[in-house]
Amino acid sequence: MAVCVAVIAKENYPLYIKAASADSELKFYYTVHTSLDVIEEKVSSAGKNANELRELYLGLLYPTEDYKVYGYVTNTKIKFVIVVESSNSTLRDNEIRSMFKKLHNAYVDMLCNPFYTPGENITSKVFNNTVISMMQE
Amino acid sequence: MCDDSLFDFLHSEIVAFLYRTADKDDQDQCISKLESLGFRVGQSLVERFTKDCGRFKDDLDIMKFICKDFWNSVFKKQVDNLRTNHQGVYVLQDNRFRFLTQISNGKQFMDTAPRYLAVACGIIRGSLANIGVNSIVTAEVSAMPACKFQIQIQRA
Repeated sequence: MAVCVAVIAKENYPLYIKAASADSELKFYYTVHTSLDVIEEKVSSAGKNANELRELYLGLLYPTEDYKVYGYVTNTKIKFVIVVESSNSTLRDNEIRSMFKKLHNAYVDMLCNPFYTPGENITSKVFNNTVISMMQE
Repeated sequence: MCDDSLFDFLHSEIVAFLYRTADKDDQDQCISKLESLGFRVGQSLVERFTKDCGRFKDDLDIMKFICKDFWNSVFKKQVDNLRTNHQGVYVLQDNRFRFLTQISNGKQFMDTAPRYLAVACGIIRGSLANIGVNSIVTAEVSAMPACKFQIQIQRA
């Protein structure tokens, strides 16, 4: 039950941001923006520590008082950020991982659409519906 | 398996079609058109292929991925020889390149063979670009059906 889902391109500009409620959108834009720094740090430190399992899921990026922010970076440097409410304690790590997997699959399907140019904003209805279903479950 | 031949025939026809419909003066642009065609295909392909494999550590890791998994999926075999000068230039040698096997060995078609390598160069360049490695990919045919791809990584 995510509160905000964001897809950020290789050059660190947002391709897609969706928040559950329209009035807190600006707050989520800011949260996602600040999470980019944490993602950079995690990715560069993972490169130096070769013993760590190299996986795409980054885990909890940072907790704020109301929200928890999770990150995932693909091999093509696309970043996915999911923000969930802190009060939602029933959400386990596995569920977040499966949410990211679903998001990644939806993103790959959308990229393979020949009418989509890599780098433009995501306007695909199918992708949108996948994200909405993820935010509502 | 009929899907392999489908891609081979489609590829030959794309090359033939572009050359047939280009004006006499535009013949040189055909190679770049084929390359940019391959570029977009490479971008999508690599997104799909890297979905489930772990994060790449460095350039050599990326090149190994290209030579093994990627080459296997696209060209149905692995690269036969990889050489590097450790300064960002990699040479991939394929002794039986998929699109050249249908053309007869020998000197007759050596001039037109590079046309069939353009899409492959584009696919490699597109894949590397999406991974985050900007490169220049060129190909040459020494003896059919073997060919060499030279990848030059550009450091910004």
